[in-house]
Amino acid sequence: MKINSKQSGLAAFRSVAMVAAAGVVLTGCATSGNPKDPIEGFNRAVFSFNETVDKAVIKPVAQGYDFITPQPVQTGVSNFFGNIADLWIGINNLLQGKPGDALSDAGRVLVNSTLGILGLFDVASDMGLEKHDEDFGQTLGRWGVGDGAYVVLPILGPRTVRDTFGVAADIYVDPVRDADGHRGYRNTAIVLRAIDQRASLLKAEDAIEAAALDKYAYIRDAYLQRRRSLIHDGNPPREKDDDSAALPFDNRQLVESLEPTWNLMLVGDGFDPKIELPAANGVPEEVASVSN
Amino acid sequence: MFKWIVSLCLACFVAATSAQNAPKAPDALVKDVTEEVLAALRSDPSIKAGDTARTAELVETKVLPHFNFTRMTALAMGKEWRATTPEQKKQLTDEFRTLLVRTYSNALTSYRNQTIDYRPFKMGPNDTDVTVRTQINQPGGRPIPLDYALEMKDGGWKVYDVVVAGVSLVTNYRETFAAEIRAGGVDGLVKSLRAKNATGATAPAAPTASVAK
Repeated sequence: MKINSKQSGLAAFRSVAMVAAAGVVLTGCATSGNPKDPIEGFNRAVFSFNETVDKAVIKPVAQGYDFITPQPVQTGVSNFFGNIADLWIGINNLLQGKPGDALSDAGRVLVNSTLGILGLFDVASDMGLEKHDEDFGQTLGRWGVGDGAYVVLPILGPRTVRDTFGVAADIYVDPVRDADGHRGYRNTAIVLRAIDQRASLLKAEDAIEAAALDKYAYIRDAYLQRRRSLIHDGNPPREKDDDSAALPFDNRQLVESLEPTWNLMLVGDGFDPKIELPAANGVPEEVASVSN
Repeated sequence: MFKWIVSLCLACFVAATSAQNAPKAPDALVKDVTEEVLAALRSDPSIKAGDTARTAELVETKVLPHFNFTRMTALAMGKEWRATTPEQKKQLTDEFRTLLVRTYSNALTSYRNQTIDYRPFKMGPNDTDVTVRTQINQPGGRPIPLDYALEMKDGGWKVYDVVVAGVSLVTNYRETFAAEIRAGGVDGLVKSLRAKNATGATAPAAPTASVAK
């Protein structure tokens, strides 16, 4: 693994950007009128690009890894990277004004790095120090930054505009990526972590295949729901309305009232709920333009 | 072990206090059904071997009686529900039920050695709509929250929503359903659901789905 990662990274980024740009040109700005997904045509193009790459390379590798690696070893690998991640999780908890959780995360790192032998064993969970799920996108959400539009990033997958900024920060401070001077190990570690993460999703993917009428929309809506829940640490304000009253019109007004400034700042006029309003009943021409 | 004995005593206590005509408390109901299903999953060799039909049978007999599928379908349809005929309501409910049962059975076949924790539960004496929170612990992964929303219906508690890691398995369909209805009306949606249930794979039935392939 002695490749010049800066150059190859740049090349990869360039090709990804080109594919993304091609997606925009091919599909234009087709939407089916979902206010949370104003660039649906573009997103679907990137989504199908991601699916292709996944099917051709990433998934087979993950399946191979899953097949040859005994479960205890997989658990050890997950724990090892999970331990490194706990550091940043703790910092985010601190940034979100949850010093108790941050302290617990710091405790996890201490315990798992020592008793857990460099993080290979998650002793802390057995001691009752629960593992948290935080990232900088959630921190921004906690600070009141609205979601912005839904975006499917090449390779990285579903995000919102806010979470795209979040993940950029997550990658920037990533300790694994930062392990300079051990480039060979570092690259191996980054690849291994990616494979481990993909392998852990193999089961969930089967469930999604079984459940989804439209895989793209299913994943999008699940992602948006999940992020909303995470930002509220599993207790989002309940959306109950549904089977009785609530029209999509109301939802859009709600979306509009909750996050006007940031959406405008982040997405410009690409996201203007008012434009979408009349499209509530029947959007034949848009549907037609998407479907080819 | 101690925990196990305590929960057993608790179960006995619950059983003793909820006399003949009082319905089982929602948390006890969720727990009993979950434990029963897990016990079957652990002991049945054909389920362990990945037999989906056998799992579906288990779900059908043990789980489904406690679900309110009409309410679930209404929740997934959102405001579109009121604009449907009784006939359509029935078709939608049947198809959606099949889809959910298959998804649920599919998820159960990947069960290995996870354990379930039951989170503390509180309800007022007059509550008719509650959430029972559980948590799936899996080796090597972070715990997955699994919540059940239940309502009092015809003298018993019925589940009308299942929320996995913050994602409602019911309302997650709302945008897809709305897109299907915009494209082909309610009958179009019924047709897509039927096609999906017939194949078992991801059927690109939505007009917008053709791009995603």
